[in-house]
Amino acid sequence: MTAQTLRPEEHYIEAEPYYEPVGDEIEIFEAAWRNQLPVLLKGPTGCGKTRFMEHMAWRLRRPLITVSCHDDLTASDLVGRFLVAGGETVWVDGPLARAVRCGGICYLDEIVEARKDTTVVIHPLADDRRVLPMEKRGEILRAPPEFCLAISYNPGYQSVLKDLKQSTRQRFVALEFDYPEPELERRIIEKETGLDPAMAERLVKFAHMTRNLKGSGLDEGASTRLLVQAAKLIVSGIPPVAACRAAVAEALTDDPEMLAAIHELSASLF
Amino acid sequence: MAERLAAPDPAEAPLAAEAIEARLDEHLDLVLSSRRTAAGPARELAAFSRAEQELVLRWVAVLAAAHAELAYQFASLAPRALVLMDETGVEAWARQAMDTYDRAGLYPAVAALKEVEAFAERARARAAGLALEEVAGVLERLVQGLGGRPLKVEAAEGGARPWTDTETLRLPPVLGLLPGREENFRLYKAMAVTLWAQGWFGTWRAGLAERLAGAAPAVVALYEACEALRLEACLGRLLPGVRRELAALGEALGAAPLPAPWDEAARRLAAPEASAADSLALAEAWAGRVAPPPPRPWQGEARPAEVAAVQAARIERERGELRRALAALAEEQRGPVADPIRLEAAPFRLERVEDPVLPEGFTFRLELDGQPLEPPDEVRGLMASIVQDLGEIPEEYLVPAGPGEYDAEARPPERDPRDVWKGMYHEEGACLYDEWDHRRGHYRKRWCVLRELDVHPVRDGFVERTLRRHRGLVASLRRTFEVLRGEDRLLRRQPEGEEVDIDALVEAHADAATGREMTDRLFMRKRREERSIAVMFMVDMSGSTKGWINDAEREALVLLCEALEALGDRYAIYGFSGMTRKRCELFRIKRFDEPYSEEVRARISGIRPQDYTRMGVAIRHLARMLREVEARTKLLITLSDGKPDDFDGYRGAYGIEDTRMALIEAKREGIHPFCITIDREAREYLPHMYGAVNYVIVDDVRRLPFKVSDIYRRLTS
Ligand SMILES: Nc1ncnc2c1ncn2[C@@H]1O[C@H](COP(=O)(O)OP(=O)(O)O)[C@@H](O)[C@H]1O
Ligand SMILES: [Mg+2]
Repeated sequence: MTAQTLRPEEHYIEAEPYYEPVGDEIEIFEAAWRNQLPVLLKGPTGCGKTRFMEHMAWRLRRPLITVSCHDDLTASDLVGRFLVAGGETVWVDGPLARAVRCGGICYLDEIVEARKDTTVVIHPLADDRRVLPMEKRGEILRAPPEFCLAISYNPGYQSVLKDLKQSTRQRFVALEFDYPEPELERRIIEKETGLDPAMAERLVKFAHMTRNLKGSGLDEGASTRLLVQAAKLIVSGIPPVAACRAAVAEALTDDPEMLAAIHELSASLF
Repeated sequence: MAERLAAPDPAEAPLAAEAIEARLDEHLDLVLSSRRTAAGPARELAAFSRAEQELVLRWVAVLAAAHAELAYQFASLAPRALVLMDETGVEAWARQAMDTYDRAGLYPAVAALKEVEAFAERARARAAGLALEEVAGVLERLVQGLGGRPLKVEAAEGGARPWTDTETLRLPPVLGLLPGREENFRLYKAMAVTLWAQGWFGTWRAGLAERLAGAAPAVVALYEACEALRLEACLGRLLPGVRRELAALGEALGAAPLPAPWDEAARRLAAPEASAADSLALAEAWAGRVAPPPPRPWQGEARPAEVAAVQAARIERERGELRRALAALAEEQRGPVADPIRLEAAPFRLERVEDPVLPEGFTFRLELDGQPLEPPDEVRGLMASIVQDLGEIPEEYLVPAGPGEYDAEARPPERDPRDVWKGMYHEEGACLYDEWDHRRGHYRKRWCVLRELDVHPVRDGFVERTLRRHRGLVASLRRTFEVLRGEDRLLRRQPEGEEVDIDALVEAHADAATGREMTDRLFMRKRREERSIAVMFMVDMSGSTKGWINDAEREALVLLCEALEALGDRYAIYGFSGMTRKRCELFRIKRFDEPYSEEVRARISGIRPQDYTRMGVAIRHLARMLREVEARTKLLITLSDGKPDDFDGYRGAYGIEDTRMALIEAKREGIHPFCITIDREAREYLPHMYGAVNYVIVDDVRRLPFKVSDIYRRLTS
């Protein structure tokens, strides 16, 4: 892997990303940003957190740097490291350092996936010190007022290991996300894919049916993201039942009985 | 695999009646007398082939182990069964009797045997059609997905039409009406979905069940017909796919068009604003004058009395549950209320909000002190269920239960009736596990009741004494294990890394200067060789460990914990024991997420021998916990002093085979089982249970404390 040479300064979002507000999340986020408070987005996968961040970055006119966390992510991956270029060693900032330098928004997606020792490097940034220690360089980077740290976390995980530590979560202003209300979700599907309203409404009904199965064999019901994907297939001419199977059912489970039941549900609806 | 008796040579001559009688007598002795002998069955059995005779005799032995009377009844009915069914059918019939015996006792089991004709009939239909048990899982999920209160799917009593009491859908055990399995599945689905619609679209809402329970049968029959028409229309609007499927089924089954005046009634009841009240009005008006049309093949039978009983109990229960849940919610939101009087002020309100997904078109938003509140899933489900029964949530339901209120009626949460046994030790928090019966080659369902208990901590200086006595060993253990610990290892000459590898850089420059290609492997990278290991220790706490075995086990655990703490692996320790399948116990000594604290040390010291050794269920439960832990490598290490053994027949081949099966299940989950034992005879059975290399026999108990840590080190490095 080579270090990503992102140019965050060029990473401004030009066109308004489509986002339907669900509650007062836009106002709260803006207020948190003005007060230099870090933000935690809680919620199941595929309910609009990433889209919300893109929208806020556009709204606040800040560059957005997103890092998808995983268990191999090291502190150096975030902060930076020395590389050799043209026979010389040069320091290359990691995405977090770049975001701090340019006063951007750094969004650490699925933070609990990162190793615990990686999570700690964000602590000094997430309290009122607002600094990023760069040990390798013996420097401390102080964040400008425009810088914003945002992390996301899915509280639905059962595993004790996937829980966000209190010492981390208590530094953040928390925004709770969930799947949108039926009306809103229908509108999102329409706007995102151009699917006709009647079909979009059926897709939302279908999503609710799978959400009814949460905890009785499914860990999660269909997310808005999966619905948007199913809608895209339908718009390109795939029959709805087949689209639901490919884009939703198979993504949710491998259990044959559950697959059969979800298939029957969509076959009943469409 | 189950050990099966070698099939007898079919060419072998059949046994004579006397020979059969002699072998029957061996097993049936207990229930035979001068007036009741095995001569009759033996005489009849003499007419069958040797293979058939052996089959019967084998099952007589199996059943007699449960109850001699069961075996006697089996032997008497077996000749008839052999005429009606092939050998597989006869085995299924016997197995079903055994299952019934396990679940419900002798009399129902004998009754099941006596229904041999019906059983054979079903077996024939099953061969052609579709059995409910094959599709019940899918159907349950299907109706759960459709929404509303969870519904179970169970077999209706023989010959009955489908019906529901609003909590369980009762469907025919087998469907063979249509030519193929797929078509019969469509019919099952039609039955399940139309029964589900009764709850969803308010067939029994707001006192209707009670009213109909007191009505004349003619009114009930007409109401059923009217509701069938109304619900079909509702379903058609909600689920166009179901409408198509019902139409296709009607055609395939040759359903006649509706006779007058039902065609007109159907049109009226199909209107979107038609309600159950309209059905009732029509039924009452037509009673005695109009006969109901022939029921659709999937049409559910209306059983208002059964519904009323279930509903009354539920309404009463859920009223209390909601009020208690709201009290808890209020406390959670506002903190404990110092002044309970404040609660009287009905702080909860419901706001109607539109919800196109629900049949009513609206749902409720809960508000506490004027603020909207997102209720937890259980509360939401409770509210939905109440609306299904009453059509609304009455004001008084929103008054949070006061302190102490309802305690008297606070029932344990609803339990699957299948869990309930007579005279059981079943308590809150118990888990049920299947057990492998090798003689029958299948699992006994939900057979063992297991609970987790805490070891009573004892602070008697045992741990300190042990540590002092083994001071030298502890120090060397710590050293050995610390070396194994996931250390940062410095990898040189990496294509990327945190630091520059100066040696590599110098070399590369030299290469470049002499015109050779310059490598890009110039970095040093620290890599955490993380030991992603989770280990579960399962410690024998049976009575046989009494005395120095128990001491040795406890010492071993103390040393082991020292080693594991140095190593940093995640570990948990549980003791197992119990008496009979109804009281299997696991004793918590240390949980995975618990530090090695003073409390844990006191629990180790508090380990005392208990009762018996039912290993299978303990392995299943601990494997389930291991499954929850995230680690690359998972180990289940058993410390034991002998064979599996329990009071109620869990011994010999039965116990060994069940334990072996539990270990196979664990291995399938990616868990590595290992056994450390002090039983010298273990070589006879351990390889069979754990596999040839997955156990160690420690010959000298006194060596156990030293050995365990050492074995663990070897296992994991
Ligand atoms: N409120 C919303 N407004 C607009 N689109 C949304 C909204 N919520 C979800 N979506 C759609 O769902 C998709 C998945 O959302 P995403 O932000 O990737 O989810 P998350 O980051 O929570 O996993 C988006 O690409 C978008 O199409
Ligand atoms: Mg995302």
